[in-house]
Amino acid sequence: MPAPTEYLPKTFRPRVSTYWWLGRWPYLKFILRELSSVSVAWFVVMTLLQIRALKGGPTSYAKFQEWLRHPVLMVINVIAFFFVVFHAVTWFNLAPKAMAVRVREKRVPGLLIAAPNYVVWLAVSAGVAWLLLRG
Amino acid sequence: MAERITLEVTRYHPGRDQKPGSQTYEVPLRKDWVVLDALNYVKDKVDGSLSFRWSCRMGICGSCGMMVNGEPKLTCATFLTDYAPGPVRVEPLTNFPILRDLIIDMSDFLVKLAKSKPWLIRKEEKPLAEGEYLQTPDQLDTFKQFSMCINCLLCYAACPVYGLDPLFGGPAAIALAQRYNADSRDEGASERLDVLSQSDGIWGCTFVGECTEVCPKHVDPAGAIQQYKLTATMEWIKSLLMPRGGT
Repeated sequence: MPAPTEYLPKTFRPRVSTYWWLGRWPYLKFILRELSSVSVAWFVVMTLLQIRALKGGPTSYAKFQEWLRHPVLMVINVIAFFFVVFHAVTWFNLAPKAMAVRVREKRVPGLLIAAPNYVVWLAVSAGVAWLLLRG
Repeated sequence: MAERITLEVTRYHPGRDQKPGSQTYEVPLRKDWVVLDALNYVKDKVDGSLSFRWSCRMGICGSCGMMVNGEPKLTCATFLTDYAPGPVRVEPLTNFPILRDLIIDMSDFLVKLAKSKPWLIRKEEKPLAEGEYLQTPDQLDTFKQFSMCINCLLCYAACPVYGLDPLFGGPAAIALAQRYNADSRDEGASERLDVLSQSDGIWGCTFVGECTEVCPKHVDPAGAIQQYKLTATMEWIKSLLMPRGGT
């Protein structure tokens, strides 16, 4: 039996523009979110470099710190930091979408799924800040 | 308030036009008129050759989905006054081939919908004499949201992944699969998982989230897909830990 589409008239298939993501803010936000993974990778590389500098002794670490103070690197790190925060927030907000947890047959509100992520994030950040800033 | 508003409507005649163009119509701007009323006014009073789908006029049938000023909308639920003083641009849903004027070819969706098996699957039907498959209100609640889908395809028009990769199963087909997976009467989750855990199934979704934003019935297809991803991952871990299925 022929497929029903065989008898359909000629159709026009519009092409998706290369710049489709500039057309609407939610699409641009999505692309920025995807790009934020580059920032995550950036900080992973920075951490590895930091470990290498630590392993190299005080002179090597002082050199690394001096390198970090370069204005270009500071600007990159500030931008990367905001992208990483954006990445984390969008990830935590995804959790309630993906986890339909039910307790006593009732779905747990999304806020109760997302909130523990933020609490743990803030607690770990506060712990790291305390370790670094206690002098 | 102005008494008339301009509609810029996409026109395409497959036998005559190389590509779609636009035609302008002046229609009355009435407080209680939706975009579909304006299109019907054009069809009845101005240009009978204008083609578009519609049926119920009350957001139930899902036929009248179109792009209104670049946003996927049900035209029966989109008021003209919200776009005053105009113009209002009315186009066919994006990401689909255009058959004529505002009518899209939805064959691709229908094929994908059937693949996701959106019906109750039982390993063994119980005899009729044993009565219905009963459900508690809480069991109904687990899938009710996903069952509200009217196949209007606004989610497909909002999904850039579907636009860029036509092999992607798309939001509504996956949400409907999840609707049956979550149904206490259904036993076909593993059959659907075989189809939807492919790369062009759930894993094609990059969670843009716009399918959920444009859904007129608040189905949340993006949520359904993420839940499906979690289920597929758990099943994969289970298959690693218990390769013989736990037997």
